[in-house]
Amino acid sequence: MAQSDLNRRTVLRRAAAAGVLAGPAAGLLSSCALGDDTSGDTSGKYEGTKSDKNPLGVKEDAPLDVVIFNGGFGEDYAKAHEAMYKETYPKAEVKHSAVVEINKELQPRFVDGTPPDFVNNSGAGQIDLGGLVAQGALADLTPLLDAASLDVPGKKVRDTLLPGTVESGSFDGKTYVLNYAYTVYGIWYSSKLFTAKGWQYPKTWDEHIALCKTIKASGIAPWTYQGKHPRYMSWPVISTAIKFGGPQVAMAIDNLEPGAWTSDAMKAAAEAWYQIVKDKYILEGSPGLDHKQSQTEWCKGNAAFISCGSWLESEQKAVTPEGFNMAVAPTPSLGSGDKLPFAAIRGTAGEPFVVPAKAKNERGGMELMRHMLSMKGAKDFTGKVSSLSVVSGAADGVTLPFGLTSAVKALADSGSNGFNWVYNVYYRKLERELVDAACGEFFSGRTTPAEFLAACQKGADLIAADTSFKKYKRSA
Amino acid sequence: MRHGKYPLLLAFLLPPLALYGYFVVSPYAQSFLIAMTDWQGLSPAYEFVGFDNFKRMIGDEYVWNALLNNLWLLVLLPLLTIALGLFLATMLNVGGRGGRSTVTGVRGSGLYKVIYFAPQMLSVSIVGVLWAEVYNPRSGLLNSALRALGLDGLAKVWLGDPAYAFWAVLAVMVWANVGFYVVLFGAAMQSVPRDIYEAAALDGASRLTTLVRITVPLLWDTIQVAWVYLAILALDGFALIHVMTRGGPNFSTDVVGLRLYTEAFGDYKWGYASAIGVVMFFVTLSVTVLSLRLTRRERIELS
Repeated sequence: MAQSDLNRRTVLRRAAAAGVLAGPAAGLLSSCALGDDTSGDTSGKYEGTKSDKNPLGVKEDAPLDVVIFNGGFGEDYAKAHEAMYKETYPKAEVKHSAVVEINKELQPRFVDGTPPDFVNNSGAGQIDLGGLVAQGALADLTPLLDAASLDVPGKKVRDTLLPGTVESGSFDGKTYVLNYAYTVYGIWYSSKLFTAKGWQYPKTWDEHIALCKTIKASGIAPWTYQGKHPRYMSWPVISTAIKFGGPQVAMAIDNLEPGAWTSDAMKAAAEAWYQIVKDKYILEGSPGLDHKQSQTEWCKGNAAFISCGSWLESEQKAVTPEGFNMAVAPTPSLGSGDKLPFAAIRGTAGEPFVVPAKAKNERGGMELMRHMLSMKGAKDFTGKVSSLSVVSGAADGVTLPFGLTSAVKALADSGSNGFNWVYNVYYRKLERELVDAACGEFFSGRTTPAEFLAACQKGADLIAADTSFKKYKRSA
Repeated sequence: MRHGKYPLLLAFLLPPLALYGYFVVSPYAQSFLIAMTDWQGLSPAYEFVGFDNFKRMIGDEYVWNALLNNLWLLVLLPLLTIALGLFLATMLNVGGRGGRSTVTGVRGSGLYKVIYFAPQMLSVSIVGVLWAEVYNPRSGLLNSALRALGLDGLAKVWLGDPAYAFWAVLAVMVWANVGFYVVLFGAAMQSVPRDIYEAAALDGASRLTTLVRITVPLLWDTIQVAWVYLAILALDGFALIHVMTRGGPNFSTDVVGLRLYTEAFGDYKWGYASAIGVVMFFVTLSVTVLSLRLTRRERIELS
């Protein structure tokens, strides 16, 4: 009783916190939570003189306010980047803070117009990027992208990045977000298990189903999935459809085109994936497991395949048996008519970093990004946190764990056939709530492929018709 | 002396009242204001949109679905918790039949009291995490126990199946709350004169008859309070559900509190979320007033 009362209050208090923090000096009622200042105040920013060594025109002694999400990557990598910045600008004072819940910490500061200069907007408390962009709260990163790289001679920052990096942070053609870590999405398996059993990762759908049959006969469930977050399974379905129908399948979904989810490619993909549901190739009880529980079942060898991104290896570090040797592979091809080859895999930049539009030291924030995007900064990141960065070639010569090595190889094999989609960035709700629920029903066997796609389409139409969501379009 | 009293009273009353006004009343009042805007919570920019948010809510099937779940909770949670609480309290306090003419609880009632009350010591999030593991379909306590008993057919996917998830969550809510009401009802029973129970026992009344004919009427005030508390709890349910299912699968355990939270912290529609909050404020208020009215009865004097 007492506790739940408290929790109820906590929620209300959270709702109120923004208001209380935003304007303690303002009157009790008069627009506390809403803030007072509506003008886009650009004066009072720190600005220095531009030069070859200082292409962004950073004021050398301006303080830099940095907020880092203290999660899977920790904060040490960021401290290293800040140290690099201090080396370049010894007179600058860098204020570093690492927080777990970005939204609670920063929402009041955004409303108040006093945000930090540099934010690692990540984690469960990530502030919705589409919302931030829609409300003009982020600085355009074009100056950074067009500045010279810190230590790759003769190249602009833009040209040192892996393909898709700039696009992943762009909204209506403008880049507001620097996604720093590169993530590969695919199907994971234990190469130790597969070698021991003499199984080959399947390249075609028929091979995949045949192998599932063999795996099931050996007493192991072919598949499991993150049952309480079933959207993880939307990734292989959409990937299969894109490989079958080409990148425009993803483009249509991202642009909320009518019928995007019920296209022929999506139908073919959903029909194919329905096989693993119908033939009971999914570990019993999977729909009731959360991501940790299902991934642990997989690590225990109770299931052979699982869909995930390349954070899986570090997430499962504590429970992965010695020599498990997890590896990632692309989704199997539906047939010879596929538009993209088998090796095509979904890779995308993630882990968003932003510079708020109202940051006092906006130029300094971008300059810190330029330091992160140097070869030295990126190599240091990859070495410290065992993750790929978006700087191309920065993983060369760094010793990586088994799973990440396989991800690097998969990316190289995929080459220019790599693909991605961003509707989940534009419209968080569509993936996290609507497609998520539809996937849950589909992979528990309660809906048919047609019903599944109709449910996804209904969600997309709902967003499309809702004027309160700012709409974004992409053409590349 | 009379005059000196007020400065002292004010000195004690004003600071807490000011704090209450600033931290409780003012945010409430502000949410009414925000509910009329399209504020998105990340910049000071907003526009007044009148009752648009409320109109939108009427057409929002997810809010209706969540509200329906709340209403089910509103009916079931108080009913089950109070029934179970009364039954257990009776057994612990007047259910014993061992010692002839004395009115006592069943043997070992002290131990049971501790066991029933234990969940009350745990925070809601711990209860949620605990039960999420108990309901784990593969290695959870519940399915393991069922399988050990040979009842494999009863082992379900629980929180992963829309047919069971709601009931599974409801069961946890009852489990987490019943202990408090066992103690509450138990304390109320202690104030009922023993001779009433003795007389009933002499007349050969069964335990059930004693419960329905004697205990419930005499405890009506307490039951009424319990009903109001549980009704408010049923209209919330946010914390536990947020930890256990996040409203899934397929929105089968979604509640209005969770909808509000998702609209605000997920999609940054603070105006709309505030409108949901305002509606819930009135729903909770009406339910409270209504249940106080409906359960009003003649008081029974005990002495």
